[in-house]
Amino acid sequence: MLYREAGQFKTSYAADQQLFPIRQDRIGILILLAVVFLVIPGFASDYWFSAILIPFLIFSLAALGLNILTGYAGQLSLGSAAFMAVGAYAAYNFQLRIDGIPILVSFVCAGLTAAGAGILFGLPSLWIKGFYLAVATLAAQFFIVWCLTKFPWLSNYSSSGVISTQPLIFFGHEFTSPQEKYLLVLTIVAVMALAAKNMVRSSTGRAWMAVRDMDVAASVIGIRLMPAKLLAFAVSAFYCGVAGALYAFCYLGSVEPDGFSLDMSFRILFMIIIGGVGSILGSFLGAAFILLLPIFLDIALPWVASLLGLPFSSATVSHIQVLVFGALIMFFLIVEPHGLARLWQITKEKLRLWPFPH
Amino acid sequence: MQFFLEVLISGLLSGVMYALVALGFVLIYKASGVFNFAQGAMVYLAALAVVGCMEKGAPLWLAIILAFVIMTLFGIATEKFVLRKLVNQPPITLFMATIGLAFFIEGLAPIVFGSEPRALDLGIVDEPIPAILDAWDMVISKFDLVAAGIAALLVTTLALFFQYTRIGRALRAVADDHQAALSIGIPLQHIWAIVWGIAGFVALVAGLMWGARNGVQFALTFTALKALPVLIIGGFTSVPGAIAGGLIIGASEKLAEIYLPPVMQSMFGGNFGGIEGWFPYVLALFFLLVRPEGLFGEKHIDRV
Repeated sequence: MLYREAGQFKTSYAADQQLFPIRQDRIGILILLAVVFLVIPGFASDYWFSAILIPFLIFSLAALGLNILTGYAGQLSLGSAAFMAVGAYAAYNFQLRIDGIPILVSFVCAGLTAAGAGILFGLPSLWIKGFYLAVATLAAQFFIVWCLTKFPWLSNYSSSGVISTQPLIFFGHEFTSPQEKYLLVLTIVAVMALAAKNMVRSSTGRAWMAVRDMDVAASVIGIRLMPAKLLAFAVSAFYCGVAGALYAFCYLGSVEPDGFSLDMSFRILFMIIIGGVGSILGSFLGAAFILLLPIFLDIALPWVASLLGLPFSSATVSHIQVLVFGALIMFFLIVEPHGLARLWQITKEKLRLWPFPH
Repeated sequence: MQFFLEVLISGLLSGVMYALVALGFVLIYKASGVFNFAQGAMVYLAALAVVGCMEKGAPLWLAIILAFVIMTLFGIATEKFVLRKLVNQPPITLFMATIGLAFFIEGLAPIVFGSEPRALDLGIVDEPIPAILDAWDMVISKFDLVAAGIAALLVTTLALFFQYTRIGRALRAVADDHQAALSIGIPLQHIWAIVWGIAGFVALVAGLMWGARNGVQFALTFTALKALPVLIIGGFTSVPGAIAGGLIIGASEKLAEIYLPPVMQSMFGGNFGGIEGWFPYVLALFFLLVRPEGLFGEKHIDRV
């Protein structure tokens, strides 16, 4: 009854094309933004900020990047973590080597560096696709991490490539508390998510979707495949790169190349599969799900084990985590290939008719 | 020169081991068009099953038979509960499902059989062959040679099986055209179950070899990732391609590991070990430039 667009007439093209055409959606988004910007900083504890909210936002951004590439442009990538690593190390080096460069500028430059790497490793996508491309992106994953370990200049000659990030200084004010870092990450993620939302409904986004659905047909209707695919790689790597820079500067503070492992790439891939391939909202839902599941299992499993009187070790917990991840992936692909985002959409459809479905 | 030959031969022999894993990928891809990312995890599961059964007191031969039964059942279950539900989905969805399957196995196997690294003793020692050591002064491992022999035997058996048996012919028919195979009365789902069983068997052989060589541990799943560039070079649909690709990758990565770091060191300074980790992938990447379908693969034609 509440969620119904009856009576909302669109009288101009601008109204017809707006981002959220239904008024309830607009109000909902505004409320959500107000809550995350104004209410949460007042209530959440430091643990919540630094262990849950900040990584959630950062991984959402990375998942968003992969979703642009895989969900919208249809190019499977197993190298997202490597592009995050490029972003993290590039931001560190820009801060280190250019005197007085503002931190946001170095984040943008880090994203652009990652975009360059993305284009380079996206080149094979011009003549291969599917699994072949997945293997090609594996090359990016292993090669980039190896480079970061073996070229000491990139980590300023620290042992085994570990970098400790510089302080986050904005206009002379240093961001130290988790709360400030949260607001910084949130702002960046919100802006970039808005940009993504707009991008995927622009001509670029539509070209990507055409390429995804059938590239030969797309080229027949006049979409130039090379710019479309490379742009998708560049934008995706840009998002991952910024996510990587935030991961280093706002979340961990000190990272090593091996932290950006293949396992992390898979985690990001799982986020978009579970959240919804080809959905902006899905990237956020998937990131939340994948990050919260281990925490939930950590709490729930010992409890279940003690209830059943089973012997239990922490190694078993991590194995069960991996097992549950795998099982969930298969489950979602079989039962709901469009992920949590699709479930949300179905709920909305139902809500429109509720409580008089006929 | 002598050293070069020694590196080359040991590289070729370890390439055979990669080929063993790659074979499993090729079999499933040929018969059902599924790129089975979980093949590496299946190798791990097979090796763990053998070690786990031996720990329970079973002799080696019994453990291998039990592991074979487990792998076959597992393959059939995968086909029945996962892939059959995903018929007619785009190949990329199937691929992602097998990534999920890989994680599932990697979580399940250690829970059932224990996760600590263990040695697997097949009764073949990993030591230089004295005759070759005396005659040419080269270190060629006896174990590697036996592994190569087993791989050759396996490939020959599979080739004969595909070429001459009734099931083998049915498999090839399914690989060529699902629809046509169905219409002449080949039971598609049985065939797929059989293919997954065979892939389980290949994984078992690979698991035995790799497990005996490097110990049964989680790292086995990473070795299996090396099979991917092998497939790109050899072609996804060709059994001989898997062997040729394996040899190329094995030899080139060993040569690169020995000869590239000094060159890079003189160029940039510093230590550049560990090239093995990425070299096969980059090699495969460049190979794609020249022959996207691989050495023996079928040319891919797009239809609208």
